[in-house]
Amino acid sequence: MDFSYTILILLIPFFVFLFTGLWGNKFKPVYSGILGTTGLGIAWILSLLTAYKYFFVIEKVSETFPKIIVFRQVWLVLTDKLHIDIGILLDPISVMMLVVVTTVSFMVHLYSIGYMEGERGFHRFFAFLSLFSFSMLGLVIASNIFQMYIFWELVGVSSFLLIGFYYQKPSAVAASKKAFIVTRFADLGFLIGILIVSYYTKTFDFYANSAIPGSIGIVEPAGIAILQSAGAAFMGISIITLAMVLIFIGGAGKSAMFPLHIWLPDAMEGPTPVSALIHAATMVVAGVFLVARMFPVFYASHTALQVVAYVGSFTSLFAAVIACTQFDIKRVLAFSTLSQLGYMMVALGVSGYGGEEGVGYMASMFHLFTHAMFKALLFLGAGAVIHAVHSNYSYDMGGLRKYLPITHITFLIAVIAISGIPPLAGFWSKDEILVAAHGNNMMIFYTQLFVAGLTAFYMSRLYFLIFWNKDTHYHHTPHESPLTMTIPLMFLATATIFVGMHWVIPFSKLVTSDGKPLETIMHMGIAIPSVVVGALGILIAAIFYMKETAIPDKISTSLNGFYTTIYNKFYFDEMYLFVTKKIIFNLISRPIAWFDRQVIDGFMNAIAWSTQEVSERIKGLQSGQLQQYAYVFVSGAILLALVFVFMWTK
Amino acid sequence: MFYIFASIIIIFSIMTVTSRRILRAAVYLLFVLVSTSAMYFLLHYFFLAAVQLTLYAGGIVVLIIFSILLTSHIDERFKLPSIGTILLTATSLGIGAILTIVTILQYPFKANNAPEINSNVALIGQKLMDVGKYGYALPFEFISILLLAAMVAAIVIAKKRKD
Amino acid sequence: MIGGIPLTHFLIVSTIMFFVGIYGFITRRNLITILMSIELILNSTNINFVVFNKLLYPDQIAGQMFSVFVIAVAAAEAAVAIAIIINLYRRIANIEVENVNEMKY
Repeated sequence: MDFSYTILILLIPFFVFLFTGLWGNKFKPVYSGILGTTGLGIAWILSLLTAYKYFFVIEKVSETFPKIIVFRQVWLVLTDKLHIDIGILLDPISVMMLVVVTTVSFMVHLYSIGYMEGERGFHRFFAFLSLFSFSMLGLVIASNIFQMYIFWELVGVSSFLLIGFYYQKPSAVAASKKAFIVTRFADLGFLIGILIVSYYTKTFDFYANSAIPGSIGIVEPAGIAILQSAGAAFMGISIITLAMVLIFIGGAGKSAMFPLHIWLPDAMEGPTPVSALIHAATMVVAGVFLVARMFPVFYASHTALQVVAYVGSFTSLFAAVIACTQFDIKRVLAFSTLSQLGYMMVALGVSGYGGEEGVGYMASMFHLFTHAMFKALLFLGAGAVIHAVHSNYSYDMGGLRKYLPITHITFLIAVIAISGIPPLAGFWSKDEILVAAHGNNMMIFYTQLFVAGLTAFYMSRLYFLIFWNKDTHYHHTPHESPLTMTIPLMFLATATIFVGMHWVIPFSKLVTSDGKPLETIMHMGIAIPSVVVGALGILIAAIFYMKETAIPDKISTSLNGFYTTIYNKFYFDEMYLFVTKKIIFNLISRPIAWFDRQVIDGFMNAIAWSTQEVSERIKGLQSGQLQQYAYVFVSGAILLALVFVFMWTK
Repeated sequence: MFYIFASIIIIFSIMTVTSRRILRAAVYLLFVLVSTSAMYFLLHYFFLAAVQLTLYAGGIVVLIIFSILLTSHIDERFKLPSIGTILLTATSLGIGAILTIVTILQYPFKANNAPEINSNVALIGQKLMDVGKYGYALPFEFISILLLAAMVAAIVIAKKRKD
Repeated sequence: MIGGIPLTHFLIVSTIMFFVGIYGFITRRNLITILMSIELILNSTNINFVVFNKLLYPDQIAGQMFSVFVIAVAAAEAAVAIAIIINLYRRIANIEVENVNEMKY
């Protein structure tokens, strides 16, 4: 089965980026938009084709989906055994991610033509969108971990460029800097983890190269066995745990797990399509994807997996609590993303490997898939609302259901989905996660159940505040968005409705921890509580917010101090700022800067100054005074004569 | 005899370079040149001694005196050079002199006992025109051209410009 | 030994004259006095040539001839130097050597 066309999925966005970036400003802006959208459209169709062929056409090898390496090219040779290759790897999760990334990216491209109309730098926006698509696609099909790291960094750069798109706004610039620095800081851990793993297994590849005998892959049993027997590092932590925790730190930075979550709310400074694409559906799931890719190794180190589970669980709870108090609609959605990412990490953390045990893995990937659809829908809908009302804040909105019907319906569908109400997509994936947690760790199970209720509550709160609540009088009547913006909304809403049902896409048969298809059964004991909790959340939010009431204000004043702390996101940003400004800058940066200026520059200046001084002194020798010349000449001759006659010894 | 002339040479040369009046310096120079000529006489080099007297003492010193009269006030006294300069030069040149003298004294000069040639004007004239080996016709021609060039140069440089 | 006087005495005399001439060249301020010191130097070398000729190579006249040529050249050089000095005097009305320093840094 020939999959070599998959390289096109990567190259088309890349060439669109180059073309739009270099020559986009020579054409009318809308042409860049059309070019970008067409390119992504072609990539989308190719991904769907790949998925169809991979999942439904090719022969399974002993009941598992095969790992196909489309091509592999030796790129950088470090030693004779260790070399970095470039290649394309197709396996269930990478094919699934191809579909997710291209779908959301295509929808966002189409949406942006309408949303960014009239903006300065229109072609620049599309160039960066294509760059991002290229990087993310490269990340998911990477065949070895170093290639993944390269694309990982590229994704970070694209995110930086896109968050700081309005580069004249200081807050946007600060936010993009923050995002890049925090993720870069986490990537340090990732890099060290890569180095440790490759040091022991002597390879960077995920799966062994069948063309080279004796090669091993990191994720295959042979590689894992080497890592497990590698012994202990400091403080009794085994090498494999250390390496996996470090790699997880890298993933935690990208996926904004606590305590590296600080960049994601600020990243909402970027335009809304950017938030939809990057910070909802694709880039932030890169961390989850990394853990899933390296899952067999994580599973071999029990401690690392527990770290993943607890961090994910805490993040989801933390973010959900904060989301209940925010008024900026994009921030609510950002914290919601954080919370759902926590869900995905938890699912991976409580998962086993193989068969029924591996339901957590499958659930995590399934939730990634469905979340991409409805979160992108939510963001794009929020963008439509912001576009109509020209404000980001929910207290400026209200009663919009009369003015924006399509946006209203699609937004409502997404909110129901995320609250976990059947038969929409969110219910199925969330249910599987709860099943996995129930089988592993009861504390995590109850936490996630509570968070499900909170999710339903704050999302419904958001919905009601925007579309019901008070009948705000608007300066100019909000109008429904143009067709280029509503078509993606409708498409994503349709996807949200149908994608979860397993007679449409039998997900558990396609993507599992060991590649073998899995039958899922409905556990009534878990499904019913989750639905009840979701419905309860929606109900409470309806009581508080459907009509304008005084209940929310009464609650917030009674919880006064507590409420303010949560509203200020538990003061984490202030803490980080304090540490960096007062401690790192003063104690480390200032002395280094002083040293650089006084000692190093001073040294260079001293060399220049001394050259000049010597030259000033020497120039007196060319005074033009005849007698001085004669004197020097004669003295020199006498000196030489002294030397030669008396001191020269053969 | 020799020692008288030698002491005259030394004393008067020192006075030439340290005299504070320029005309006196020129006269002392004259004395030095005449004593040198006397030395040549002692060495039986009569032609050379005559040339020395004619050219040096009779031509160059006269030239110098004319130029002194043209360019400076005769009764003007020179300022002494600064003491630092004097000391510095005297020291280094003293070292040089001592060095040279010591070297000379240490070198074993071997006298040559070949028969002495009688150098008179006839011989010198013959040698000057000799175009064969060991003849001095070529240097003679060069010197003539040099003297021609010097004449022309002196006239051109010292001419008054019309502007 | 010429007439009972050792060679080295001749050479000492010429050496002293040479160094006195250099002293005068370096120390004197008037251009004409410098010229006179130059004449001293040239004379001392003449004595050297002649003495070596007499003592070490009595059957040749090379030293003598060379001295004649040196005297001729010295005359030419003195003539040109005086011409230059007179030209300079016309420009700056004095002939101190300190004022002749335009070829400097």
